[in-house]
Amino acid sequence: MVKSRDLCRGIDRSDGFATLTLDLFSGSPNPNPCSYSRSAKRVRVSCASPAAAAAGENRSNLFDSLSEEVLFLILDRLESDPLDKKSFSLVCRSFYAAESRHRRALTPLRSGLLPAALARYPSVSRLDLSLCPSVTDAALASVGGALRSSLRSINLSRSRGFSYAGIESIAVNCAALVEINLSNATDLSDAAAAAIGRARNLEKLWLARCKMVTDMGIGCIAVGCQKLRLLCLKWCLGISDLGVGLVAVKCKRLRSLDLSFVPITEKCLPAVLQLPHLEDLALVGCLSIDDEGLMSVKQESKSLQVLDMSNCQHVNHTGFSSMLSKTPGLCQISLAYYCKVTHSLASSLQKLCNLQSIKLDGCEVTTSGLKTMANSCRSLGELSLSKCSGVTDEGLSFIVTKHKGLGKLDVTCCRNITDLSLASITSSCTSLANLSMESCILVSREGFRLIGQRCHLLEELDLTDNDLDDEGLRAISGCHNLCVLKIGICLKISDEGLIHVAKGCPNLQELDLYRSVGITDIGVMAIARGCPLLQIINLSYCTEVTDHSLRSLSKCSNLNTLEIRGCQVSSSGLAIIAVGCRKLTKLDIKKCYYVDDAGMLLLARFSQNLRQINLSYCSVTDVGLLALASVSCLQNMTILHSGGLTSNGLAAILVACGGLTKVKLHSSFKPLIPKPILEHVEARGCVFQWRDKPFQVELEPSEVWKQQSQEMHV
Amino acid sequence: MSSGSSRLSISAVVISSLLFVSLSILSSMAEATTKPDEAAVQIVYVERPEAEEPEAFHIRTLAAVLGSEEAAKDAVIYHYKHASSGFSAKLTQSQVEQLSRQPGVLQVVPSRTYSLHGSRTGTSGVMGLFYGRSLSSDLMFCVKNSETANRLLEDLVLEKWFSTDSGAKMDFKLRRPLEASSNASSSMMSEISRNLKPGLPFIQCDSTNICYGARQEQSFSEFPPPQVIQSRGLYAREQKTETKSQLEPSSAVNDLVMDWNPRLMLSNLSFLEQKIHQVQDIVRSIISQEGRANELAAQQQLVTADLTYIIIQLISTAGTLLPNIKNALLSATPPVGQPGVMANLPVNASQKQHEVLPMELAKASEYDELIKDLNSGGEGDELIKCLNNSVAEVSESIPIEDHDIKDYDDGLDGENLPPGSYEVLQLEKEEILAPHTHFCLICGKGFKRDANLRMHMRGHGDEYKTPAALAKPSKEASSEPAIIRRYSCPFVGCKRNKEHKKFQPLKTILCVKNHYKRSHCDKSYTCSRCKTKKFSVIADLKTHEKHCGRDKWICSCGTTFSRKDKLFGHVALFQGHAPAIHMDDAKVSGTSDHAQVGETTNGMVANMGYNFSGNASDDAQSLDIKDVDDGQGYFSPMNFDACNFGGLDEFPRSAYDVSESPFSFLSTGTCSFIPRNSEN
Repeated sequence: MVKSRDLCRGIDRSDGFATLTLDLFSGSPNPNPCSYSRSAKRVRVSCASPAAAAAGENRSNLFDSLSEEVLFLILDRLESDPLDKKSFSLVCRSFYAAESRHRRALTPLRSGLLPAALARYPSVSRLDLSLCPSVTDAALASVGGALRSSLRSINLSRSRGFSYAGIESIAVNCAALVEINLSNATDLSDAAAAAIGRARNLEKLWLARCKMVTDMGIGCIAVGCQKLRLLCLKWCLGISDLGVGLVAVKCKRLRSLDLSFVPITEKCLPAVLQLPHLEDLALVGCLSIDDEGLMSVKQESKSLQVLDMSNCQHVNHTGFSSMLSKTPGLCQISLAYYCKVTHSLASSLQKLCNLQSIKLDGCEVTTSGLKTMANSCRSLGELSLSKCSGVTDEGLSFIVTKHKGLGKLDVTCCRNITDLSLASITSSCTSLANLSMESCILVSREGFRLIGQRCHLLEELDLTDNDLDDEGLRAISGCHNLCVLKIGICLKISDEGLIHVAKGCPNLQELDLYRSVGITDIGVMAIARGCPLLQIINLSYCTEVTDHSLRSLSKCSNLNTLEIRGCQVSSSGLAIIAVGCRKLTKLDIKKCYYVDDAGMLLLARFSQNLRQINLSYCSVTDVGLLALASVSCLQNMTILHSGGLTSNGLAAILVACGGLTKVKLHSSFKPLIPKPILEHVEARGCVFQWRDKPFQVELEPSEVWKQQSQEMHV
Repeated sequence: MSSGSSRLSISAVVISSLLFVSLSILSSMAEATTKPDEAAVQIVYVERPEAEEPEAFHIRTLAAVLGSEEAAKDAVIYHYKHASSGFSAKLTQSQVEQLSRQPGVLQVVPSRTYSLHGSRTGTSGVMGLFYGRSLSSDLMFCVKNSETANRLLEDLVLEKWFSTDSGAKMDFKLRRPLEASSNASSSMMSEISRNLKPGLPFIQCDSTNICYGARQEQSFSEFPPPQVIQSRGLYAREQKTETKSQLEPSSAVNDLVMDWNPRLMLSNLSFLEQKIHQVQDIVRSIISQEGRANELAAQQQLVTADLTYIIIQLISTAGTLLPNIKNALLSATPPVGQPGVMANLPVNASQKQHEVLPMELAKASEYDELIKDLNSGGEGDELIKCLNNSVAEVSESIPIEDHDIKDYDDGLDGENLPPGSYEVLQLEKEEILAPHTHFCLICGKGFKRDANLRMHMRGHGDEYKTPAALAKPSKEASSEPAIIRRYSCPFVGCKRNKEHKKFQPLKTILCVKNHYKRSHCDKSYTCSRCKTKKFSVIADLKTHEKHCGRDKWICSCGTTFSRKDKLFGHVALFQGHAPAIHMDDAKVSGTSDHAQVGETTNGMVANMGYNFSGNASDDAQSLDIKDVDDGQGYFSPMNFDACNFGGLDEFPRSAYDVSESPFSFLSTGTCSFIPRNSEN
């Protein structure tokens, strides 16, 4: 017990720890499967092998002596990684029981596992069924019965197969339910909406793409769920002004309302703006709202903070100005694909003293407009000018010098900006954390030098398709906090630059080197050594990359996404990755011609978390593919042009992989696979995509590819 | 104002000379037709024979006068069988007298034209507007070919069908040149009927023509032979209302004055001068070659045609000026709005004409005669009744449904016209209830719509297939403000009747029809769903049937609403009330619930959703479907499918046959593989 108290104290003191790792598999093939934190103090609970535990009574008693309080404290610190909890629960019975009682969030892979999971975890409050393609009414009824008092949130956004009855059983039984996500339930009708209306305590409801819900259904919800704080009605095409008006009348606590793409007119806007707590309103793509309608609305909303009116094609600056004049508290505006940002529009921003974020993606921007905007706004924290035409050095420099607090700037595809803009951006916005400047082709080495020199707080940098070379990359490696670096389609960079990055950016988590053909194994090895936290790496079409790179990357145990299209890797390299990177969820080995069944077998054995795989053009046969069936998480599979594959093997894996949700196959297989099998797999919730792409073995050189893509762009 | 006064004087001169010319010409024509020994086309009205074919009866009647059946057959030009009973034949004056004494013969009327006038498009030289007064109706129509104008008018034996539309005033325009053959008569008739616009007299004509219509009516009415005058007297009432409407417009006039173009008038006059010279030449040639009677007749006809055309042109030329003058004159005449006063209107009008045209004072005696005839309406009423009865017999009790204008607001609600600022028309009961308003002049078939008649006419020959014949009659007067015209319900004591103290007029004829049927007729249409609601207007029934039964908006409290917005207003107002979802909807989902077997129901549910995808978009429609099909029966195939799916455990049996070999292969493959791998 003394130990327990010490441990308790020790855990209490360990607040500064990022993670707490329990290494339980010292006897397993992988000597150190869960170690990923350099700084975390390691609590080693040794000898978890069941045989040993059974043999040594004293030891198991020792574990039993730990109070539940202590175990919960440990478990509280294990939230970050699901694998840790799994390991924890495997220690002994008491740990298992503690973990069962402690768990609050559950994300089952298949609805078939639901009864067992519910029996094991009685106090789950968040149930995420987004990985279950098919959830029946019976399953929902069992959820309603098992989690009667604890369930607070359920996510059914990716599931199908349930009807109003299942929803009703949950809504009626689970009194504590505050969140339901029913997005994409396109076949749910008003009856289901009426069932939702019986969940009296509901606070958050997502109904995106519930196209069959009409005003009657939303009326039931409005009357029944009067505590709603968030309501998303995106793409609910059956809902009109009447329904939205009733929601606004009944649900006075609404804070966030998403009416994007709903066929509403301005008639419901007065009622909506009258909501006393409304903070977030999205009106994306409301084509029935026009200038005159907005001008006719007289209601003001003091509470509104976030307004998204992107893609409202019939709204011009007059309507928008009148809208802005009624919402003085706005701090975030999104106007993507709005027609033209001119002086008059920009000047209407003047009244908004809290404005912090403006998104103008895809707009036509004038220099005078930008200048007026710079003068109208007090202090912007976020500015997005992505794909805006008409952004010049003059306008951009003006606005960044006025708003020194800018933390996020997006100038993607603003092809006219040069080093001048970069100079003013870097000199004034010293707190910039996020800079996207994809396809800013006029920016040169000097610009990148300034970024590296001045923007030390930069965390995300997108330099895709820029004129970047090793010198520039060396300069950028001065941003030591960089987490995300995208330097795809930079044909001039080589290993030398990448080595600088590896030295300078130890926190790098995501690296995109798509078609940066100068990269070889040396650079990748440097990255793997220098950036142990790497989670996502894209090496597609870096044709010099071989198994050596993979061997070094296998040391990055956090790696979850690996894209190595067209690389010179073989099955052995893949096997090393599979063993080393247990968290791998997404793997793209298209056109890795040397990868064969051996690689698949090891992958299937070790990468049990794999969810998505692309095997096109690989030398994989039925054997390797069927081995993948043992990966229970596998959901998404793309297999085009795999030579050794037969229709029988394909049919077998389709039946064997119970969790598949999306399969992309060559259309020539469609008539060959027995129809009942296809129907059965589809009934389980899998969607087939039949593609008829021509077989193309040769990789075209990246220079040619870039040329072609640029021609397409022009 | 100087230009105005000069214009006034010009038009006074033009009109006076015109009227003088036309009167004298027409009087000479009238004399010509009444020559005792010369045969002329006469229209003989006979009683409708009970027992035998109308044609045989006509021949028999005529044979009694002409002596033989052959002669009778030769003499008969046309048999009127459908709308009224009678025939037209070429008869001498003595034969007419004999015939009128025959049993069954009601009346013998010379076929003739009474008046005509031109349109303002006179410069084109082909367009003329003829204004004809027939036994029962006023006609207005245009012909393109002036050469045929005479024949057209001669063949205008419109009495045969106008008598059916007792008192209905019609206007129509003929836009096609008509062949000067005897066939033209029938074709023209059908054309006329095709363009017929019942109940909208003259509205489509521009107001120049309207005004002229009125003038002509006054100026020529003194000439028709006694029979015609008598028959006109019968319909004096209808004429009066119309006359008033034509005399009253003053706002329209101003627009026309603006249009006045002296150059145009000059060119018109010079054109007329040429034409007159041509006529002179013809007359000279007649003088030079006297004797040959048959040629003479032909030439006479030619002269008549030319003169007719000249008159049309003159009138149309003067027409551009006339409204101005009349406006000035009319200000002196008191407005006539009450039915009692209306009888005096023709007198007023004729008196006015005396003022305008001092030249005509010489003919005052004829005017007196006219007035006398107009006032002696006693006999006429009987005839109206008899005609109305005949209409009533013809008509089945199918009410007219008009989907084009669904005007349920049959009053003047919201519109406050001071009494007297509009003209009141009153249709008779039979007219209101008449099933058809458009009749084929060839076969007599009735139609509710003009467009349908035009389509029907295609079957009568190629001449009706031209785009012009099939085109919708254009509305010329659209640019000018129309006369405010309101309608009175014929039901005495009704608030919509003009005799009522608080008379509220009806806006359109459709309003009259709907009002009359709704308020004063039996409700003969019963809703086939609820079996309780009855309607007298079929459109009302259809509207009701759309909402009858299940397509109601129901609140959870049980209150039903016919409109969704009303329901939502109710729900918004009361705490705890919610929109009630149709239980059928729930039942449908319920069947899916029953059917669900394991996780494989997914596809089936998707199907279900697909089947009901219409639900959200169109409630009414899907509900209708559900109404027709019993919920259970409708979904039984679904259940069947579900059962099949439920037996999934059996179904992959075939699949296993297929996939068995790979599976077995897998096991061996795996075994062989792993050692090799470990060697590596």
